[in-house]
Amino acid sequence: MLRTTLGACLGALLLLAGPARAEDKLKVGFVYVGPVADYGYSFQHDLSRKALAEALPDKVETTYLENVPEADSERAIEKLARSGMGLIFTTSFGFMEPTLKVAKKFPKVKFEHATGYKRAANVSTYSARFYEGRYVCGKIAATLTKSGTVGYIASFPIPEVVSGINAFMLGAQSVNPAVKLKIVWVNTWFDPGKEAEAAKALLAQGADILAQHTDSAAPLQEAEKQGKLAFGQSSDQYRFAPKAQLTAVVDDWNGYVIREAKAVLDGTWQSHDTWGGIKDGMVVLAPFTNMPADVKAMAEDTVKAIASGKVHAFAGPVTKQDGSVAVKEGETAPDPMILGMNWYVKGIDDKLPQ
Amino acid sequence: MRLDLVPRDRRSPLAAALSPVLAFLTAVLIGGVAVAMLGVAPGAAFTVYFVAPLSELWSLQEIALKAAPLALIATGLAFCYRANLWNIGAEGQFVVGGLAGGWVAIATHGSAGFTAWILPAMLIAGTCAGIAYAMIPALLRVRLGVSEILTSLMLVYVAELLLDYMARGPLRDPAGFNFPQSVGFDEAARLPYLMEGDTLHAGVLVALVAVVLATLVLGRSLFGFATRVAGASPRAARFAGFSEERLTLAAFAISGGAAGLAGIAEVAGRIGQLQPTISPGYGFTAIIVAFLGRLSPLGILAAALVIAVTTIGGEAAQIDLRLPLDLTRAFQGLLLCLVLGADVLTRFKVRLVPGAAR
Repeated sequence: MLRTTLGACLGALLLLAGPARAEDKLKVGFVYVGPVADYGYSFQHDLSRKALAEALPDKVETTYLENVPEADSERAIEKLARSGMGLIFTTSFGFMEPTLKVAKKFPKVKFEHATGYKRAANVSTYSARFYEGRYVCGKIAATLTKSGTVGYIASFPIPEVVSGINAFMLGAQSVNPAVKLKIVWVNTWFDPGKEAEAAKALLAQGADILAQHTDSAAPLQEAEKQGKLAFGQSSDQYRFAPKAQLTAVVDDWNGYVIREAKAVLDGTWQSHDTWGGIKDGMVVLAPFTNMPADVKAMAEDTVKAIASGKVHAFAGPVTKQDGSVAVKEGETAPDPMILGMNWYVKGIDDKLPQ
Repeated sequence: MRLDLVPRDRRSPLAAALSPVLAFLTAVLIGGVAVAMLGVAPGAAFTVYFVAPLSELWSLQEIALKAAPLALIATGLAFCYRANLWNIGAEGQFVVGGLAGGWVAIATHGSAGFTAWILPAMLIAGTCAGIAYAMIPALLRVRLGVSEILTSLMLVYVAELLLDYMARGPLRDPAGFNFPQSVGFDEAARLPYLMEGDTLHAGVLVALVAVVLATLVLGRSLFGFATRVAGASPRAARFAGFSEERLTLAAFAISGGAAGLAGIAEVAGRIGQLQPTISPGYGFTAIIVAFLGRLSPLGILAAALVIAVTTIGGEAAQIDLRLPLDLTRAFQGLLLCLVLGADVLTRFKVRLVPGAAR
């Protein structure tokens, strides 16, 4: 008798505790390296935070820390973990080591690190195949350029940026093998002043189309001012340059962020690496504008062909700048090669900063 | 009508001691109004900013960690500023210190056997690099009369680019997929943690020792006296036989060495590897800290703690109250303005003079 009463009491207690717990919202935190108002990379990540809050309003609560310096990020990440977050997105490469260190201390919290390569039982990594979008941009640029010279504003010589330049060039060469690519390294992700200076320099050197791997809309605006064309970065930047933007390689994290939050809620979350592209909806090309209908059709076909797997940016033969063969005819570059790319393809007239 | 500042005959010690406190309270009041205008209860904001960080063991450790490099750099800078020498380049000296010490750690990476010498060697290398880097503006000033304000500031960018280059190039982790960072340092090349939870490291002790030493040197030694005289009246210092040249070099060496030591302590403590950037602006914030602390080492320690608390409280406010980061920065700027303003008022009387402005 006593035992059954005790059992009933315990059962009631568990029942009481159960639903109360389930009603607790999952707290999801985001750490951004830049300001959310950069209208580029951090802005785009913050859109996914908002999309998550909208998609699961009763189940999640989101918050973020912006402008977190990479060398001083451990405290910010730990602060989020201590504030009861169940899932934390650290969205810049430089957050890798601090994320792993904090994750070790908080084994129950799930971490998602963007663009890194080190994982743990509670740390996943994710990134997007930006190079696929850049291949499309390269084709558009080579078709539309009148001077035969395209300008490229690059941030840092890491594999993501280098593979983007190569994919752009390979796309361009598939249309016009003689196209020239001029590259300026600005050594920053976000510095509108520097980016605008680089854009001016490239335009002065005869480039009539600009591509960029930096986050502000300044190069687009410079192109707009001078009546030239350009590609947006990370986010659809059409409103900054309605007469200049051809398209933009947009990072769309919404689907991924929502999927991961749901997995945590269901208890099915597992550490894994995700590298999604056009097919997965992680890389999206902004609407094709400021180009004739046939170029637009060509671009749309290329996007479809990449999504279906018919076209691969690094399909062989790919020749390195020094003349050696990187990818043989009939093969495509394996992921590890793209992830560690530190060489230019043939035809690029620049020396890769080492 | 115009306002005149008339020097007070006597500076009341009580007013001098109370003025920073009053300035702080005024800043909190103004901040409270700003917070209320953003739609957040000022009381809640005050708790999140100033009370919560001080009531948790973890955040206390974080405050100490944030304050340590600021206090160490600012203490060194106090020597310069007291002597009316304007070393604006502590950020650069911090960076070369971290780079030189980090280089020692990378060069000895993976070495077995006797490794106890590595950490001291790193600290010495960092300090020496900071000193050497500070000697450039000091020598340019002493020998060629070049303004140390400009040279020390410009050398910050040189140092940052040098570190950037080294972290992306020669010192890059060969197994790191070309990503711009060095190998993670060995245990022997890391400052030991002082408490459980792997947060507080021995770097804070270095800062405390520096504050004590600086208090003694500035208050009790001939050199400390010479610094003050040279700052207050260079002519008097010359008559007293103090060599301006030697004083300049010494003050720059002390501040450069302190900044370099802070740099390697940060790299060997918190970061544990070389990255393209290692400082969230410690060298520049330390200038504010030095003046908030009125160039006295104990005051600097207090000021560094205040800045650390507001920084960490600011992060909590972002998470808990959705208050923007800009508010924290604005508050720190406001605090400096008010402290300096209150300082002026303890030394001068404000007099309303009728009549046209001169």
